[in-house]
Amino acid sequence: MITAPKIRAGVAAALALGVVAALAGCSSSSPLDSGSSASTDSKTIVVGSQQYYSNEIIAELYAQVLEKDGFDVKRNFNIGQREVYLPQLQKGAIDVMPEYSGNLLQYYDKNSTAKTESEIASGLKDALPKGLRALDAAEATDQDSYTVTKEFSDKYDVTSLADLSKVKDPLTVGANSEFQTRPYGPKGLKSEYGVDVDFKAVEDSGGALTVKALKDGTVQLADIYSADPSIKANDFVSLKDPKNLILPQNVTPVVSSKVSDKAAADIDKVSKVLTTDALISLNTKSTTDKEKASTIAKDFLQKEGLL
Amino acid sequence: MIIGQAFGWVFDPTNYSGPGAVPERLWEHIWISLLAVLLASVVAVPLGYLIGHTGRARGVAIALSGGIRALPTLGVLTLFGLVLGVNLQAPLLALVILAIPSVLAGAYAGIESVEPVTVDAARAQGMTEWQILTKVEIPLGLPLLIGGVRAAVLQVVATATLAAYVGAGGLGGYVFLGLKTQDYAMMLGASVLVIALAIAFEIVFALVQRAVVPAGVSGRADGQRKGSRERARNPIPEGTPS
Repeated sequence: MITAPKIRAGVAAALALGVVAALAGCSSSSPLDSGSSASTDSKTIVVGSQQYYSNEIIAELYAQVLEKDGFDVKRNFNIGQREVYLPQLQKGAIDVMPEYSGNLLQYYDKNSTAKTESEIASGLKDALPKGLRALDAAEATDQDSYTVTKEFSDKYDVTSLADLSKVKDPLTVGANSEFQTRPYGPKGLKSEYGVDVDFKAVEDSGGALTVKALKDGTVQLADIYSADPSIKANDFVSLKDPKNLILPQNVTPVVSSKVSDKAAADIDKVSKVLTTDALISLNTKSTTDKEKASTIAKDFLQKEGLL
Repeated sequence: MIIGQAFGWVFDPTNYSGPGAVPERLWEHIWISLLAVLLASVVAVPLGYLIGHTGRARGVAIALSGGIRALPTLGVLTLFGLVLGVNLQAPLLALVILAIPSVLAGAYAGIESVEPVTVDAARAQGMTEWQILTKVEIPLGLPLLIGGVRAAVLQVVATATLAAYVGAGGLGGYVFLGLKTQDYAMMLGASVLVIALAIAFEIVFALVQRAVVPAGVSGRADGQRKGSRERARNPIPEGTPS
């Protein structure tokens, strides 16, 4: 009992030291540098994917057509964010990555003014660093959207972002917190369409909680990715964007110089059949039917006659 | 140096004004944390006293609260969010569940820590069970209860960052935003604030915990205390029937 204060002080000091040590540990290197630079021989093609189930399915599509054509394929899925995997792609640790055209262009060219699909495609040709190239984009897009319920759309007669200015009731948009800082976020909505909206952070990337908030009316607008099956399942309406506030995000394979023309031709075959409807149905198989990415990809490719 | 940038963020005056500024988020964080622990106490303290006093259902309580401790709060939060919607209730409820085991353990351990001879003496003097509980067991068990509350507050303050996951505010908003926009100074700066808040609560509760020790058993009482303690620890062995 007598020594308790001393012990407590000691514990507090140890705690404080631990905190400092932990923080100092963070400073020596970025916590997000993952050691994903796998050593593979020069013939193996490494296919990567983002930490996003839909992206993994697309990566699996690429991997399986490449395997079919006799290439050795190594899968390096769930790599996380652009800031992590694009440097790995430039280093040659990854060779194929399913990307989204608008965001990819903005990553390499912050000042790009490209708005339409074709402007983005041609912008990408110049913007990509040496050694990387973007193959032809698929028709499928998977992009942020301002989505409302059918009831809201009917009640206020709103089908486009331009119609929102007619709505006199206060509007709140629910999305991941970073949405607030994006050019197509609330600020962009104000400058392009003259619409004021409040913001509510819901951090599940347009998932079940965001859907619940939209259905409850906690938010009137929600950022739900356009290829998300929940839009159709809940009869939601994604508002049209006549001024291209939100950049088109066509699924675009980015490949390293190790990918030969023959391999590129295989990947192109996938892009040719990947429409937005096809992508939504692939995603549905994952979210609703809980099938594995490899199974979903295999079924789709067999149906399209690519396997 | 990211650590320098983090502290730069913490002390940047521009973060202290306007909507969603640090004071507002800090206040939300404190408010939801304390409310969660308060609600948990309302449930867990009477229950813990009942278990401690009667000695019944002790095994069940330990097993249950141990099990609850293992629940991942983000999962609980998402589950409640899907039922209750995106607002304050879901994170509050998840934090209450997080806080209950510690408070419950503090409550019944506090009662159990009272020497059986003390209770027997109280009973021999003609105290009712209610008097034993309120006049003997609760005051003597208070330091352990406060210890349980202290542990709960620490856990809840750290975990309340998750409230921002469903838009309920708090310092977690900066952590999520920093993570997603690669603003690691903001992310780490917000973590520093959470740590500072946790340490501040630790200090307050450590002081409270010391203050609630009844005078008779704290170091403050002088004289015969040691002797009586000795006797309490080695009670006269109960005689075997001869």
